[in-house]
Amino acid sequence: MRWYILRRIGISLLTLFIATVVVFVGVRALPGDPAVAMSAESASPRALQAIRVQYGLDKPLPVQYVNWIGHALRGDLGHSPKTGLSVAQTLVQRVPITLELTLLALLVAIVIGIPIGILAAVRRGTIADYVASTTALGGLSVPHFWLGILFILLFAVHLGWLPASGFVPLTSPLENLQHMLMPAVVLGIGLAAVVMRQMRSAMLESLGADYVRTARAKGLSERSVVGVHALRNSLVTVVTVVGLQLGALISGAVVTEQIFLVPGIGKLTIDSVFSRDYPSLQGVVLVTATGYILANLLVDLAYSVLNPRIRVGGAAS
Amino acid sequence: MTVAPTMAPPAPTAVTSRGRMRRRFRRRPLAVIGLCGVVLVVLVALLAPWIAPYDASASDYSAVLKPPGTGGHLLGTDDVGRDLLSRLMVGTRASLTAGVLSTFLALVIAVPVGMAAGYYRGAIDAVVSRVTDVVLSFPFLILAVGLAAILGPSLINATIALAVSQIPMFVRIARGEVLGLREQEYVQASIVNGAPSRTILRRHLLPNILNPLIVQTTVAIPGAIIGAAVLSFLGLGVQPPTPAWGTMLSDAQQYIGSAPWFATFPGVAIAITTLSFNLFGDGLRDVLDVRMGS
Amino acid sequence: MSTPTSTRLAVEDLHVRFDSDDGTVLAVNGVSFDVGEGEVLALVGESGCGKSMTAMALMGLLPPTATRSGSIRLAGRELTGLRQREMRELRGREISMIFQEPMTSLNPVYTVGYLVAEVLRRHEGLSRRAAKERAVELLELVRIPAPRQRVDEYPHQMSGGMRQRVMIAMAVACNPKVLLADEPTTALDVTIQAQILDIMRDLREKLGTSVVIITHDLGVVADIADRVVVMYAGHVVETGVVDDVFARPQHPYTIGLLGSVPRPDLAPTSASDRLTEIPGIVPTLRQPPHECVFAPRCPRADDECRRDMPALVETAPGQRAACVHPGPVPERAGAAS
Repeated sequence: MRWYILRRIGISLLTLFIATVVVFVGVRALPGDPAVAMSAESASPRALQAIRVQYGLDKPLPVQYVNWIGHALRGDLGHSPKTGLSVAQTLVQRVPITLELTLLALLVAIVIGIPIGILAAVRRGTIADYVASTTALGGLSVPHFWLGILFILLFAVHLGWLPASGFVPLTSPLENLQHMLMPAVVLGIGLAAVVMRQMRSAMLESLGADYVRTARAKGLSERSVVGVHALRNSLVTVVTVVGLQLGALISGAVVTEQIFLVPGIGKLTIDSVFSRDYPSLQGVVLVTATGYILANLLVDLAYSVLNPRIRVGGAAS
Repeated sequence: MTVAPTMAPPAPTAVTSRGRMRRRFRRRPLAVIGLCGVVLVVLVALLAPWIAPYDASASDYSAVLKPPGTGGHLLGTDDVGRDLLSRLMVGTRASLTAGVLSTFLALVIAVPVGMAAGYYRGAIDAVVSRVTDVVLSFPFLILAVGLAAILGPSLINATIALAVSQIPMFVRIARGEVLGLREQEYVQASIVNGAPSRTILRRHLLPNILNPLIVQTTVAIPGAIIGAAVLSFLGLGVQPPTPAWGTMLSDAQQYIGSAPWFATFPGVAIAITTLSFNLFGDGLRDVLDVRMGS
Repeated sequence: MSTPTSTRLAVEDLHVRFDSDDGTVLAVNGVSFDVGEGEVLALVGESGCGKSMTAMALMGLLPPTATRSGSIRLAGRELTGLRQREMRELRGREISMIFQEPMTSLNPVYTVGYLVAEVLRRHEGLSRRAAKERAVELLELVRIPAPRQRVDEYPHQMSGGMRQRVMIAMAVACNPKVLLADEPTTALDVTIQAQILDIMRDLREKLGTSVVIITHDLGVVADIADRVVVMYAGHVVETGVVDDVFARPQHPYTIGLLGSVPRPDLAPTSASDRLTEIPGIVPTLRQPPHECVFAPRCPRADDECRRDMPALVETAPGQRAACVHPGPVPERAGAAS
């Protein structure tokens, strides 16, 4: 088991390293001269050259990369030429916001998706199942940014119940939730649909398994059969799938933040791409990729905990 | 007359009559509805310029933001007076191209790569797996946005960006399935008989990994269609004046209060298209799954 | 035939029908048999003859697409009218079942001890600790070595034979009146088979459990069963005491089955040194038969056989067969036997 963990961590580190190179090269590949992008309008060639020297853009690429990584490991991600602020500081401010949005969305997805998925599986073929499954399919198909726009139309413009956009820090929790409610629900609905379908499918498979037949032969109550025997095995599948969907959540956050004007890292990414704010863009994508690799690693390890077959070695058959 | 009593022969797993599959499919009304939806959308995309009531690029400043039903505009007009219905119809082309084409592009690249990784293992597998991992460590949209930004906004580049984002998933599936299948006895038998690897891959392995690939495709296409819409929403897809649903939604945002229909209909179009593919895909998956299970 | 002291299980005219996408299947047709106290009854037949379905019907575990009719009496109590909730009280306690695939029949995420204790906690209300103690005793009963360590192990850490023993422990934990064993040894190596059958024999003696063992392996029948019921296409075609049926089989199908098994225990005769084959395959019944179900494959079939499905009647002392031409094959030169 220990060997397995070490191997997994090793692979993650390697992946992370390659990812940083990709980020670096990718940002450099954006069209346009970075010096021009980072300077004021109509700067003189001398001023441009000064900027190049200041940001080390005149050095060969590998040297730039090492500089960047070296600084990054010490927590220094440079400064945004647009805002003048330290990239790291901006990230520190914005990451928790996106994190809150993502976690709320995840909560929405789990709270809605899992119970309904179980229900649909247990009552397979009945009206309840059809309604639940079709609604889930609808939730999957609707583009969430459109849903966001509609939500704003309904709840903010027409009904005036919730604010259309913006963000209030957690220091005032009620207002914070008022602002986050719509974005979280919009972001979470898609995932809820996925969770519900996965849960249903995993439960159906578990319920058809031989060990459930054994459980029924033992005369256990349906609640035990479903809740103790089938559920535990299904959760393993669902955890894996949810883990895979984390990336989709962050993707979704990008556009959701744009629509609801939530100052998280999703919005930062878009803004940086369009304003050619390279340090910020590099920093954001780096942090995102790192976080994602980390999250995957955790999911993998969690999976091995839930599934004893990986944890404890098997015997001869 | 020396053999023990014969038992019923096991049901063949890889061959089921097309007729039976078709019958099973027809018995699921939702899947049939999905198929009809897909066919409808494809037809609209193909015939758009001819069946659209107005020229999708013709602006009419005297009829700006008209509600649905006024002056012969079934769904109303947009902010420069263009007929929404016509724009939606022509916009189908961009969405389907980016959505469906990107998926098939991804398949064409990912399947051979994944199969090679799973079959030959060793160095090829190591490289492919790490590359896949790296690509997968970037969330789908961030990757697509980044690529589209690097390549420059256009339909082709958006398609490429979406294709690249979908490749890892297909590679994983192809690789995983081949890894499992190559241990099967019929593959081992072929190897022992000296069959060239290419033949084994093409004749024995490829047909047997089709099912999970088809299933993933039915999931990928709707995702790609929405991805295409997001890209054009952000201005990274087709450029105006070519209509695209995402762009229309983006334009409509500021008129949300005064002309809500402008923001509603493009979304409906996306939702209907995606829903159709999803329903069809679900039905297909059910029909294929039963086959796989035997 | 020795008269059992009392009838533990009485099955009468059991029918099971499936309605599915591909049509109707009549899986079990008018099956009747009795099992006495402490008796081992074997249900024999090829794959697809309905024996597993019979067992599932007895347990009330048929899928929702199935319809069941007939009478099932367990120690005098009628089971067919019971609601699921009442049936659940009986399953695992009065009547229990073990299955063919020990690999997949145990839940992989729980320890073996938990799975065994579960039955005890459910039916006898034992506390966790008491149930675990009993579980260890039960593991010992089924001859699992080092039971105190094994009780905390997971199924995948055990061999197939041991997993099957765990299943047996679970099944007899509450001392049921009847144990149904569906092909318990088919998935196991021959040497392990013998051990499992040994354990089952042991339990029958120690606990007085009645056993219905379902199998297609006549060797198992000879080893452990007292009486045998031969099934074909969902019908009972022959019943009797094992020794009698093996020595003087009445139904042509039984004769064919016996003739197809190598019998090194019999003295070689001109008839027994060739194995026979029954041409054709077991049919899937979709409509009530208008002739003897075995007629298409029977060497003795004639017009009388094709008039109607024969009823099960006594054709020799203590033996019953559903045939209009029953009886062992008369010695004929070159005839299959």
